[in-house]
Amino acid sequence: MLSQKGIIRLSVIFGSVFWSLLTIVDMMTLFSQENNIEFGLPGFVANLLLTFFIISVLTFYRYNIGKAESVNFVELLWRVFVFGLIATLVTLMIEFFFSIFGAHKFAQNLLIINLFYHVILGLVIGFLISTYVVWKRLILYQKSKSLLAAWQIFEYALMMTLIFDLFSHDYQDTSFLVLYSILALIGIVLSFNLKWIAYLNFKQKWRSLLFIFLVVIYIWYFFKSLMSYSEQTVLVRDLLDSVYILAVITFIVVYSLISFLVILFNLPTTSVFERKIKEAVNFQRLSQSIPAGESEEKVYEILLDSAVSAVFSDAAWLEIHDEEDDVELTLTYNLQKKEIKDIEKAFEKSRFKKVLNSEFEKNTVYPKISANIKNTLNRSVLYFPVLIKNRKIGSLVLLKQVDDGFNKEMVDIIDTFVNQASISIENFRLLNEAIVTERYKEELDIANRVQSKLLPDDLVSTEAFDIHAFTVAADEVGGDYYDYFQLDDHRTALIIGDVSGKGTSAAFNMAQMKGIFQSLVQLDLDPKDFLIHANSALSRCLETTSFITVSYFVIDSNEQRINFARAGHCPSLFYRTDTQTSDFFKNKGLGLGILRNSNFHKYVQVNDFEYQPDDVLVLYTDGVTEACNASKEQFGMDRLLAALTRYADQQPQEIQKGIIDELYEFCGKRSLDDDYTLVILKFK
Amino acid sequence: MVNIEKQIDEQTGHYEIIVIGEVDASSSIHLDEALTTAMTESKHILVDLRGLDYISSAGLGVFMSNIQEIEAEGIRFVLFGMKEKVFEVFEILGLDQLLVIKKDKEEALEAVK
Repeated sequence: MLSQKGIIRLSVIFGSVFWSLLTIVDMMTLFSQENNIEFGLPGFVANLLLTFFIISVLTFYRYNIGKAESVNFVELLWRVFVFGLIATLVTLMIEFFFSIFGAHKFAQNLLIINLFYHVILGLVIGFLISTYVVWKRLILYQKSKSLLAAWQIFEYALMMTLIFDLFSHDYQDTSFLVLYSILALIGIVLSFNLKWIAYLNFKQKWRSLLFIFLVVIYIWYFFKSLMSYSEQTVLVRDLLDSVYILAVITFIVVYSLISFLVILFNLPTTSVFERKIKEAVNFQRLSQSIPAGESEEKVYEILLDSAVSAVFSDAAWLEIHDEEDDVELTLTYNLQKKEIKDIEKAFEKSRFKKVLNSEFEKNTVYPKISANIKNTLNRSVLYFPVLIKNRKIGSLVLLKQVDDGFNKEMVDIIDTFVNQASISIENFRLLNEAIVTERYKEELDIANRVQSKLLPDDLVSTEAFDIHAFTVAADEVGGDYYDYFQLDDHRTALIIGDVSGKGTSAAFNMAQMKGIFQSLVQLDLDPKDFLIHANSALSRCLETTSFITVSYFVIDSNEQRINFARAGHCPSLFYRTDTQTSDFFKNKGLGLGILRNSNFHKYVQVNDFEYQPDDVLVLYTDGVTEACNASKEQFGMDRLLAALTRYADQQPQEIQKGIIDELYEFCGKRSLDDDYTLVILKFK
Repeated sequence: MVNIEKQIDEQTGHYEIIVIGEVDASSSIHLDEALTTAMTESKHILVDLRGLDYISSAGLGVFMSNIQEIEAEGIRFVLFGMKEKVFEVFEILGLDQLLVIKKDKEEALEAVK
């Protein structure tokens, strides 16, 4: 395929070639006529060359003249004007030449006259077709399907006349006249498509008027000189005998006249249209979302600016006083801030107040008011509250120096502006809130990662037991805790804990518990002392309503004994292989941080028991036993006990999986409302 | 959701708090308020927990945080009528050793004197 540039270049070349050939052929025809020599070529060959020339010029302009956009209407007209000017100047020069050498024999030579006529012919065709294409672009601006169809009929009909013109006709032929009339009629109908005119501003309208006027002048001049040639001399070819050319001229003139008149009559209403466009643009500016990082102030500025220009206000101010979001500003237009007080006073005193809210509007708490005021430069006031989510954050006040300066249309447009500004502000705030929330979420993710480091990432099985742990937090961070420490080659300390509450505060307390465990465990205390020290430490750092429950175990693999104490934590489960039964260790105990004085030791009871190979110890948090199903029934200790008994012959990981699966099945869901943890030891 | 009511026995002057529903992290605030008001107004407080279905660790924290003040001020503070499931929670944590918990109102009235 040819590029657009290629087509333009080719059309220039073809146009020049066809014009030259046409001129040569016509000259030869003339020469042979004058000298009575038989000329071999039939008449329609020359006509064909003319047709090809016209088609080349048409192609050239079709691709050279861009689509009409509201910005370039005048530019398009300017092109037509310039080309017309050049063509006129050349024609004038030729006329000048003849008037100087008029008496000379040389100037009366038919060959010379016809040669110049061909030059004019080329220029006129160029001008007509360029104008025709520009008119086409203007007519088809904002085209509809039916308009396009009508235009295509017109254009195809014009093409048909080119074929008709191949066979020379006189303009007095009936067929010529009929064809011409039809085309003229379609042309007139099409000429009433003038949408582009509405988009011209005042200045552009004046320029358009001038250009169109000149186009008509050019055409009149061309037509006149072509006529004079055809009357005064013998022409081998008369352009006015072509239906195509006459139809195009008619169309151009008709459209010029109509658009001239329409532009002329549109001049007075231009300012209204311009204002409507400006309102639309302002509305669009207001409704654009504010990019993050920018401030709301921009919206307020646009609001004041658009409101002032929409109602031709003489002065105005916009006051925003939003305590909730800490926004405080006063923007003024053509007004000193100190004048505001006087106007407000006058406004309050005014006896000509009118509430503008419509009846069905719910917000009569914050009325919109128009009023006439006295004793100030400004005589009428339009007062609008600025509301966000039905909360007043400020007010817009417009002023005029005449009484009753604001009509219904103005009130409506201000209403839309204020509403749109509120929406923009609201969206902006929502967006900011969303960003903040997103940031909190990220922080929580970090907390989650930090917290997961607080739990031992892999529990190492020892010679004495295999161990496996499983924990899930209800929120991003949780309050469940377990840890272990190798005291020496045959003794291991093990802890499980649950911080009261859940979420972030629980997570902080859990971190404290970790610190306490890690420091106290190194002292190799017995369980009772461990709990007493831990309680004493936590009493100083927990808030009054928080407590931590723990169970602390010391496992001795030499003696196959476990020494443990429970501080308010859920009783641990123990499965005995020899009897194949499970049971709880329900010794007494009190949560850490509950009793914050020296009496705590009274409530610690240490217990010990022996274990056999394949016995299983299960530590858990209350998230497991208190998990509820849909009918608010708790999973409970008995179900946990039964589940352990069922899976106790398997490895810790499988036991955990079995218990958790049963838990999920019982609850009917996989997400529980509390943190839950299972630590399972199987002795060797 | 929790519903907390209070009433003062005109004859004995006992302050009675009736807790109905579930006490979790958010509703524990109401329980705390009720307890604090009761402790400023009376030295004989009965807490009727017959209608309590569930208490979370945050709810337990409310009782726990007041234990030392109850002791220091010499307040007679009696809980009664707990469902078994609720009592278990108190028991596991060890609060049954620190608070006076009675089965029914008669025993509670006896204990609060």
